[in-house]
Amino acid sequence: MKFKCDKCSKPATIHLTEIIDGEKIEKHLCQDCAATEGITVKAEVPISQLLEDFILQTGIEATADAAEATCEVCGMKFSEFRNAGLLGCPNDYDAFEKGLLPLVERAQEGATQHIGKVPHNADDAQKRQTAMLRLQAELKGAITAENYERAAVLRDQIKELENA
Amino acid sequence: MNLADLLHRPTEWLRGTGAINDVVISSRIRLARNLVGMPFLTRCSEEQLHEVEHRLKKKIFQARMADDVAYVDIPASGELDRKFLVERHLISRQHAEGSHSRGVTFSANETMAIMINEEDHLRIQILRSGLELDEAIAEINRVDQLLEEQLDFAFHRRYGYLTACPTNVGTGLRVSVMAHLPALKMTGEIEKVFRAARDMRLAIRGLYGEGTEATGDFFQISNQTTLGRSEHQIIKDFSTQTIPHIIDYERRARHVLLKEQTIAIDDKAHRALATLHAAKLISSEETMYLLSLVRLGIHLGRCNKMDIATVNELFLRTQPAHLQKIHNRTMEPRERAEARATYIHKRLDAV
Repeated sequence: MKFKCDKCSKPATIHLTEIIDGEKIEKHLCQDCAATEGITVKAEVPISQLLEDFILQTGIEATADAAEATCEVCGMKFSEFRNAGLLGCPNDYDAFEKGLLPLVERAQEGATQHIGKVPHNADDAQKRQTAMLRLQAELKGAITAENYERAAVLRDQIKELENA
Repeated sequence: MNLADLLHRPTEWLRGTGAINDVVISSRIRLARNLVGMPFLTRCSEEQLHEVEHRLKKKIFQARMADDVAYVDIPASGELDRKFLVERHLISRQHAEGSHSRGVTFSANETMAIMINEEDHLRIQILRSGLELDEAIAEINRVDQLLEEQLDFAFHRRYGYLTACPTNVGTGLRVSVMAHLPALKMTGEIEKVFRAARDMRLAIRGLYGEGTEATGDFFQISNQTTLGRSEHQIIKDFSTQTIPHIIDYERRARHVLLKEQTIAIDDKAHRALATLHAAKLISSEETMYLLSLVRLGIHLGRCNKMDIATVNELFLRTQPAHLQKIHNRTMEPRERAEARATYIHKRLDAV
């Protein structure tokens, strides 16, 4: 259900329920009106907002260029990610680097480098990650094409990687 | 262990124990992880989703991370059971909805819950009553370590642990506390806290997470950035730079109220208690709102008839799914309002 702000006609993003003398009062407010009322609840920048800002900042041409980027592993286009807000596979982080990096930077207070925990087998895992995803995609294609011989080979390779 | 066993037990987040539990209801840390060699959920086929669920479930049980662990297959569960898990903070609302393969593993004491196929393949959560972040981070590191011995997680040299949404990338760590801030709300100072929180890049949400209302002055405060700082630093910044100030503001506001508005506080708390006792029809929102006032009265020493354990029990057991499970049937809102009022009346009579 979408509500309009009680004070103006902008879409309401803050929903509050108050009970005064047993009567339920629902308030639907936009960020601005809620701030004036002193009852802002959300202090979060949604990904859609970040994406809009990104388009405004980098300009239409640059974004059109980035929008065309396609991940060869999962087939997702950057423009699809922009609409949905969720990525398709780990490889997207590399495939969409141009478009994604400024976005990550904005979402993460300027940070673009992980400095936290690293898995003990990080390098191995990374290599296997892309290999596995490629094999998975190939397998999907082989099954669709009813190439079961190839699918069987791929399945074995995936198992081998899994058990490595 | 099955869900029916949980019904008659307090849940971790409402246990009422832990540090600073007059203001901090509960602490939570979660980690987002995805498997190597699998697309994120949006690009998984039905079979792949099923495979992820199957594999993770098996590995989680093999890792033996708690003595008594339960698994709930979400699509196979009824709507009531799903909502019941949401009310106990064992799964998110998002996880309760939808129909693809997914589930949740949790420990019998409900301090650990691992969601499979929520937004990421894995969402590991540690809950603690009160402000207990050091304990929570130690526990989640232990669980993550155990899982990492069994599984390979998608990791990037630059971006760290990879997640479906770039707002979780890096550590995949979200730390949050559920705070009860009625005095700040009454004194109109809550906006200052929100403004300060925004400056500190924190998110403030309602009782059940993203997109939910702040009912009964309960607010969930959490970090927004997951990249560029170590797990340790994120927790440290959160628990030393922000939370102590919010706790301090709330306690000061309570002190001012107690000193200058004693009668008004007494009036609010006792009216709330009287309404709870006398109501014949009551919604869960109104119940939470009134319990919030009673809770404040108790913490200010102005409401000696009640205790926090009873407030917490009522809070949990009057939630829609809990109420229906107690009655062992589904009820329309109108019917629930009546059953809720009767339940509260009886429970208060016993105090």
